[in-house]
Amino acid sequence: MSAYQNIFTQVQVRSHPEMGVPTEPGDDAWRVGTPSFVHWIGRIGNAQIGPIHLGWTGVLSLVTGFLAFEIIGIYMLAQVNWSPSEFVRQFLWLGLYPPPPEQAFNLFPPLNQGGWWVLAGFLLTVSVISFCVRSYLRAKALGLGTHTTWAFASAIWLYLVLGFIRPMMMGSWSEAVPFGIFPHLDWTGAFSITYGNLFYNPFHCLSIVFLYGSTLLFAMHGATILATSRYGAEREVEQITDRGTGAERGALFWRWTMGFNATMESIHRWAWWFAVLTTLTGGIGILLTGTVVDSWYDWAIAHNYAR
Amino acid sequence: MALLSFERKYRVRGGTLIGGDLFDFWVGPFYVGFFGVTTAFFAALGTALIFFGASLGDTWNPWLITINPPDISYGLALAPMREGGIWQVVTICAVGAFVSWALREVEICRKLGIGLHVPIAFGVAIFAYVSLVVIRPMLLGAWGHGFPYGIFSHLDWVSNVGYQYLNFHYNPAHMVAVTFFFTTTMALALHGSLVLAATNPGQGKEVRQPEHEDTFFRDFIGYSVGTLGIHRVGLFLALQAGIWSAICIVISGPYWTAGWPEWWDGWRNLPIWQ
Repeated sequence: MSAYQNIFTQVQVRSHPEMGVPTEPGDDAWRVGTPSFVHWIGRIGNAQIGPIHLGWTGVLSLVTGFLAFEIIGIYMLAQVNWSPSEFVRQFLWLGLYPPPPEQAFNLFPPLNQGGWWVLAGFLLTVSVISFCVRSYLRAKALGLGTHTTWAFASAIWLYLVLGFIRPMMMGSWSEAVPFGIFPHLDWTGAFSITYGNLFYNPFHCLSIVFLYGSTLLFAMHGATILATSRYGAEREVEQITDRGTGAERGALFWRWTMGFNATMESIHRWAWWFAVLTTLTGGIGILLTGTVVDSWYDWAIAHNYAR
Repeated sequence: MALLSFERKYRVRGGTLIGGDLFDFWVGPFYVGFFGVTTAFFAALGTALIFFGASLGDTWNPWLITINPPDISYGLALAPMREGGIWQVVTICAVGAFVSWALREVEICRKLGIGLHVPIAFGVAIFAYVSLVVIRPMLLGAWGHGFPYGIFSHLDWVSNVGYQYLNFHYNPAHMVAVTFFFTTTMALALHGSLVLAATNPGQGKEVRQPEHEDTFFRDFIGYSVGTLGIHRVGLFLALQAGIWSAICIVISGPYWTAGWPEWWDGWRNLPIWQ
């Protein structure tokens, strides 16, 4: 099936790289890196990599993120007696664990009593929050809305509930999630069993619905835009402000299929809310577990949806 | 007639795969077509059977109604209606309705002169469903391995099957699938945010175009995939989530019967570590 779909990647034009819309001279000086072009990335989307804007939030985020990464990695390396091959062999099992129950919610536990975990968690928190602030500052500098920032904040909410707010409410760091591949999976499995099967937690249900719903929406939206890209539907902002036949055909496809259609703007509001509600409801579900509800199964029986 | 202001000129005849002009019309906003008729048939029969099955059960509580597959002892045979036969016919109806829906989408695409991306993507979702209730049960030799149709009963099934393999999170294909689900949702948030941010820059400001969108993402993470590319990436991520979900359950049982944590001992015991 070699039907004509769109001309975007038929020819890759190479000229001077895009250096970005100018803002203020002092701010533009933070744009670093010489852009390069990668042909194979250009087969899918834009071929140009870089430049990137650093800014103080970017630098802070990189430094704290790197330190957290190093603390976790070096701690794991120490666990295998500094053997590189054992590090690779056992990497998936290695973990950096939060303080034990004896430390309660002591903000400054000894380093070998989970102190490294608290320190790495703190640095990682600084890193993600400064990256979130950075999304706000870049949007403002470019005269864009700050939707990315608030969506990002929803993800940070879930992260903070798991690693800080719920442990604080439970009065123990030991409730928090460890760093490490299998360790965090073990935590997830044990958490569900301890509190009577998380599948009976209604906020977990909602979070899963929005997670799967987001995936469904992106499949529907991505496929619709690709199917109508021969009519220029991927120029979405233009289609929002001055609707063309691409947006009309996309809308009618869904109207004729399921009796309802979004508009070129509203589909992105559906998208934003589904994605944002995934972590927002997920965080609520985690926060209620153990603090308000001890067994979701018993709670479900009491509320007539399990027996 | 439920017509949008621009809709009339798009309502043309033709593009059907089967039936010619016979069912080539709309009911309200819905296109019918031959496959609309078959969709309605399968959906109505399946729904009626679910109500029939519910009436045989001991509850009308919508959270607890469940249509269970036959006992394992029936193997791959047809079971009596009250012993799981309802589940078998409902499954046939579901597959019939889903496939009809996809083919109806193909007809609508042909009418509108657009690509077949949506029905193909929907085909991946159908494949994931079929792998749960047809492919895996057949590989394991009994329809009883399908999941029950009920809101909380299907969650119980997921729990129970998961614990049969001790900790399903250790299933490598499950890891990949979950990663794709999370990545898709993050990408959706980023894409939705970017388009809304360009369209709604705030009172008194000019609506922004892709030049600003590209600049935002290059500034932010050093790369902007572009307006067409993001939809390719998004569709790819979403479909991979479905495909790896199907793989992760089909390999559980037919390929691996022990606990999934044990599967990783193979890595730890590779001869290269000696």
